[in-house]
Amino acid sequence: MSAPARELPWLVEFFLLPALNLAAAFLVAGLVVLAIGENPLSVGKIMLYGALGNAEGIGYTLYYATNFMFTGLSVAVAYHAGLFNIGPEGQATFAGIGVAIVCLAFDGAPWWLVAPFAVAASVIFGAAWAFIPAWLQARRGSHIVITTIMFNFLAATLIVYLLVNVMGKPGSMAVETKTLSDVTRLPLFSTFMKTYGINLGDAPLNGTFLLAILASIGVWLLIWHTRLGFEIRTVGTNPQAAAYAGIDPTRIVIIAMLISGGLSGLLAVNEVMSVQGRLVEDVAQGAGFVGIAVALMGRAHPIGIALAAFLFGVLYQGGAELSFDTPKITRDMIVVIQALVILFAGALGHMFRPGLERVFARRGS
Amino acid sequence: MDTVFDSLIPVLGSSVRLSIPLLFACFAGLFSERAGIVDIGLEGKMLAGAFAAGAIAHHAGNPWAGLLAAMGIAMLLSLVHGFASITHRGNQIVSGVAINFLAAGLTALLGQAWYGEGGRTPQLPNTARFLEITWPGAETARASYGEIGNFYANVISGHSILVYAAFLMVPLTWWVLYRTRFGLRLRAVGENPHAVDTAGISVGRLRYLAVLVAGVLCGIGGSYLAIAQSGGFVKDMTAGKGFIALAALVFAKWRPFSAMATCLLFGFLDAAGSRLQGTPLPFIGQVPVQVFQALPYVLTVILLAGFIGKAIPPKAAGVPYTKDR
Repeated sequence: MSAPARELPWLVEFFLLPALNLAAAFLVAGLVVLAIGENPLSVGKIMLYGALGNAEGIGYTLYYATNFMFTGLSVAVAYHAGLFNIGPEGQATFAGIGVAIVCLAFDGAPWWLVAPFAVAASVIFGAAWAFIPAWLQARRGSHIVITTIMFNFLAATLIVYLLVNVMGKPGSMAVETKTLSDVTRLPLFSTFMKTYGINLGDAPLNGTFLLAILASIGVWLLIWHTRLGFEIRTVGTNPQAAAYAGIDPTRIVIIAMLISGGLSGLLAVNEVMSVQGRLVEDVAQGAGFVGIAVALMGRAHPIGIALAAFLFGVLYQGGAELSFDTPKITRDMIVVIQALVILFAGALGHMFRPGLERVFARRGS
Repeated sequence: MDTVFDSLIPVLGSSVRLSIPLLFACFAGLFSERAGIVDIGLEGKMLAGAFAAGAIAHHAGNPWAGLLAAMGIAMLLSLVHGFASITHRGNQIVSGVAINFLAAGLTALLGQAWYGEGGRTPQLPNTARFLEITWPGAETARASYGEIGNFYANVISGHSILVYAAFLMVPLTWWVLYRTRFGLRLRAVGENPHAVDTAGISVGRLRYLAVLVAGVLCGIGGSYLAIAQSGGFVKDMTAGKGFIALAALVFAKWRPFSAMATCLLFGFLDAAGSRLQGTPLPFIGQVPVQVFQALPYVLTVILLAGFIGKAIPPKAAGVPYTKDR
């Protein structure tokens, strides 16, 4: 984009513009539903009710949002450094291997003892998987988008190899490790909430949700209230100016990517240590890519990311309910909506800007 | 040595077949990126093309109708990419990601809604497919000319028309890129769009043309998957081929003949991987199939690390063009 000559009032910039983008995405999604021969309004109602109509739905929604917050924050941190990390999927997958190694080694130990090690492993493994693309970008100038794509596929092949040949459950054809014992798995909120009379049903919401909120606060502090965050933003805005100001862009690129990879890695704690209780082939289940949409919609700000993650949580849980209720519409509808949100909020994010500028513009200060 | 050749020739034959979708997608990327538009939506366009080919070939009972539909749908997605990244100067990567998801979601959703076979299109009769063409004398050659005849019958002959079209595309692309005015302008717009603009040529128009060419080629690649290699569309049938093509493009340093060689190499790795599954190699022992699956990516990363020459993308690739005022 050319530098916007005119500034929009912040309400327009942060609410009206994203709302218009979202509306465009939902409008097209509605047309798709119409083309299939269903009523878009009743589809929307089923999705909203499925996601927010009862405690169990909300629990599921927040569980999905947990993963999306991690990957969204991951994409956002890299984005502030001017990098496009589209590798959260691979980073979370590799982190899954790390979490599985720790959890299987300590299998049988109480979860609160294992959790710190599992979290550390997820961050270290996630960061490690981001390191090579980061190094190649910083030192060799090879494009991080290409390398992170490659590393997504490499992680996917590596985990299948490990599950088939090394870590797989003995005597089983299933591509997964053995299931952790109950004491080692992170407990779900549902048991605890029952004492307060709230029935979360089967919703797999657990302590990693709180970890995601902590991570959001951490990213907010890091990006806007630390020296490192300032350096990251400076490199992201103008690497030449950063270098001139004595900031080493190579170092910042690598550090930002390590943080980004670590944040993606945290997703593996949620999946491996709690929800699945074992390492499966598809650790991230596409959440890595949802993170791109979440970061874009959330304007790379933790509050925006939390809201966008919640929205996508609603879409995922609502979409699951929808496929039960409406056999003609499969869960692939979520992927379509996701694509439209990425298209309208991301690639076409400025489509409505000229029009809004004409209506609301303030003279540039 | 008889046994080595006996197993090598079928592997070469299937290498050719497996490299075709890569070739089409890779050349689609070549046109697009040479004009300065990064395209990670190759996968999605090919997938959408495959679905359209499968569906329309089924309804029309004619492979050519399927091919046309595939090219049309892929061009439509190209236009979306162009609208976002050329007209609105949006982020090309984001747009590509969106197109990949859109194709993955829509093909599965519509496939299930329309045909109810788990995202498949109905099985096509042979009349609605591009069938293998047996070259004159292939059977006699196989019978009486030993290994050379076997090579002729298995590797040269016995492919569908789209395979030969793919290999025809290679010199044609080279000629267009390096010997025509359009090619010169296309390359210029990917290196220095300001210079092209100064010469009074529309940057936007050229870039739109380039992404449309990319759409056509992705459509052919998708058709090959759905109505030549198999008898219908299967959910997610591209299975990452668009991304391997992208890797091949980087590996070939954005040059046509290298791109062909790289696609053949990656196709060979794929074919060898399936052939060697469960058979130990001399000296090395059994190689897990995942090694072969990972090799294209590993090789590309090693190349990007600068150990096999340096891959320098077109200078203006990925940068939206803004006129100076």
